[in-house]
Amino acid sequence: MNDKQLMAGNHVIGEAAIRAGCRFYAGYPITPQNELCEYMSEHIREVKGGVFIQSESEIAAVNMVAGAAASGARAMTSSSSPGISLKQEGISSMAASEIPALVVNIMRGGPGLGNIRPTQGDYFQATRGGGHGDYRTIVLAPTTCQEMADLTMDAFDLADRYRNPVVLLADGMMGQMMEPVVFKEPKPRNYSEAYMMRGAGSGKSQIIRGLILDQLELEEHNWKLARKYNIIRQNETRCELFQIDDAQVGIVAYGTAARVAKGAIKRMKGAGMNVGLFRPITLWPFPERELRKLSEKIKYFLVFEMNLGQMIDDVRLALQGFAEIGFFGRPGGVVPTPVELANIIDQRYFKKNGPISRG
Amino acid sequence: MMGYSLAHSAMTAGYHTTYLPSYGAEMRGGTANCTIAVADEEIASPISSEPDYLVVMNMPSLYTFQNKLTPGGALFINSSIVDARPSRQDIEVFAVPCGKIAESLGDIRASNIVMMGAFIRKTSLVTLDTYLRSLETIMGSKKKKAMEINTKALAAGYELLKIS
Amino acid sequence: MKKIFSRPKSLKDAPFHYCPGCGHSIAHRLICEVIDELDIRGIAIGVPPAGCAVLAYNYLDIDMIESPHGRGPAMATGIKRMLPDRVVFSYQGDGDLAAIGIAESFHAANRGENITVIFINNAVYGMTGGQLAPTTTMGQRTTTSPLGRTRELEGYPVQVCELLSGLRGTTYIERCAVNTPANIMKTRRAIKKAFEYQMDNKGFTLVEILSPCPTNWKMSSVEACKWISDVMTKEFPLGVMKDIPSAQEKKAVAAHD
Repeated sequence: MNDKQLMAGNHVIGEAAIRAGCRFYAGYPITPQNELCEYMSEHIREVKGGVFIQSESEIAAVNMVAGAAASGARAMTSSSSPGISLKQEGISSMAASEIPALVVNIMRGGPGLGNIRPTQGDYFQATRGGGHGDYRTIVLAPTTCQEMADLTMDAFDLADRYRNPVVLLADGMMGQMMEPVVFKEPKPRNYSEAYMMRGAGSGKSQIIRGLILDQLELEEHNWKLARKYNIIRQNETRCELFQIDDAQVGIVAYGTAARVAKGAIKRMKGAGMNVGLFRPITLWPFPERELRKLSEKIKYFLVFEMNLGQMIDDVRLALQGFAEIGFFGRPGGVVPTPVELANIIDQRYFKKNGPISRG
Repeated sequence: MMGYSLAHSAMTAGYHTTYLPSYGAEMRGGTANCTIAVADEEIASPISSEPDYLVVMNMPSLYTFQNKLTPGGALFINSSIVDARPSRQDIEVFAVPCGKIAESLGDIRASNIVMMGAFIRKTSLVTLDTYLRSLETIMGSKKKKAMEINTKALAAGYELLKIS
Repeated sequence: MKKIFSRPKSLKDAPFHYCPGCGHSIAHRLICEVIDELDIRGIAIGVPPAGCAVLAYNYLDIDMIESPHGRGPAMATGIKRMLPDRVVFSYQGDGDLAAIGIAESFHAANRGENITVIFINNAVYGMTGGQLAPTTTMGQRTTTSPLGRTRELEGYPVQVCELLSGLRGTTYIERCAVNTPANIMKTRRAIKKAFEYQMDNKGFTLVEILSPCPTNWKMSSVEACKWISDVMTKEFPLGVMKDIPSAQEKKAVAAHD
């Protein structure tokens, strides 16, 4: 069953998760990710041992997932922005206890209840940990349905490898949009039984906890997590470069915004304006070195987000002043069109500098 | 359904395609709309600022979307329900009496398939055969009777545009 | 010489950090005795709460996973659904269960999750220093109800057993106390029954334990035990609130006779 299928993003995530061996899902309905919840309710139960629970709240869902994941299952929960805020308690607690799980955020407009349109308003929340305490979660940002399938599977592997929650960050448009998808073969799971809490048997009992009252002991635990995060920073950055080789302007965008950016780039190319795209696929760890390297050739970057400007902070940190940085964003659930973005780039850069080829 | 089946057949025909429905509160009651992009290469934005083709099945949709159509584009109107015509002169307009034709075939629910016949005739995006196969995949093999009517409806829409 | 009293095998050889006269130590010991008796140390998984008993894992020699405040029943649900043949229980205080975690408790009970909840009710927030709990009794003074609990300001104490007994998903609910030797033995029997029901897949079981907190009640241990009899049991009457399997058995016996 590896044929090409036309599927909506929310369904793609569900199917990919089940194929990757996810056996526990708990969630609470919220637009625009309801289809994922519904898909899991129908299909995870078709697999032996598969459990679906529509929980009483987002908080209950994430803690159910923590319990299931601690007992050794591949487990996930999903929600949209306001629900993800509620899940932060559990995400922080899983990061503290080093429990692997997948948390899917199909972002919608905020702050507060906002609306149900696609935005990228939760970038800070996702990439800075989101809950209390000194921790990070790996954040994967797909841009097509195919990538939603691939990254969902990868997310489980990463969660296991680093014993850390992983966030799949998409938006309402990607959840609803249908595209052809081919599901890859998932890798066999590689997760030590030593980390699973399944009863002590005849052996030594174990404890999974986040409460460490002694400050020196907690400091050491924090340093241990920091070392892990550094390894993740070293090894797990991913990005896509699109038409960047001869570009005068580099757009930095992810997810849906990156698709709009590609549309704009194609249009501008037709008009003789060379624009390229740097698309982070991992938002944390942010592909800093890769972006920094581009600043050797490109001196103007436009950060394009469907928010008021969040990833731009990471771009500033990555570029360290080696290139000029502009920003264009639309919050509130507006998805700008390629034409709109192309006009912005034209005004901000080419009207001033002209489409001069560097020599 | 029209959009999904079109995207599905475009995929079967080997194109890149995206299907973007309206969703959420809009979905529950009121009019629905969707956007399908079909291309030889990777599709950038699934949102279209200026679609090449516009199919409207009711009045509100005509008013909402008529100005989005690209100059020189083609507008398909379900003329069984929609009396009005756009004021724009820079587009091609095809009035398809979908409802009337579907009714004469025995099931008004096939109106959308009549429209698809006309649409395929004009655009040659996919063959009738490919489209029918997609429709069958989507509907499942059980609905034989519905498929019979759909096949006739598709042909009727296709023929209608050929004659005019 | 015959040994008649010793530390249960599943209780670690560690001095309790609990205050003198606290009921947690007794409750811990009873759970361990039952675990030994049922020989389930290897398959028992406990979920301690936020609160005084957060360190329960330092004493119970079984697998334990700490839960965020109030989420014990949700976490136990996740574990139990993945490992249906284990004996899974959450251990919760009154704030944990009846205030911040009431939704998780209520819905785990309503789903009839096949887990056991050990509910320690001492009518105050112990760990944080004796503030008002959802189970603080009428007129009781706490650090956040300095004039005593009133209907107007704080409302009535939450009667967890009565509340959850009304849910069709619950199987066995009993309120006990650990203020007298006889009550302690009853509590032990209740915990055993709850675990046995769970092992027989009977569904949601809860044992509430009225437990002394001399420190925050500002009483001696003896006074605290007496206060449970004199005051707490008036708000929270002891006894079996619900026991479906036993009722069914009686019905079957009656039908047979």
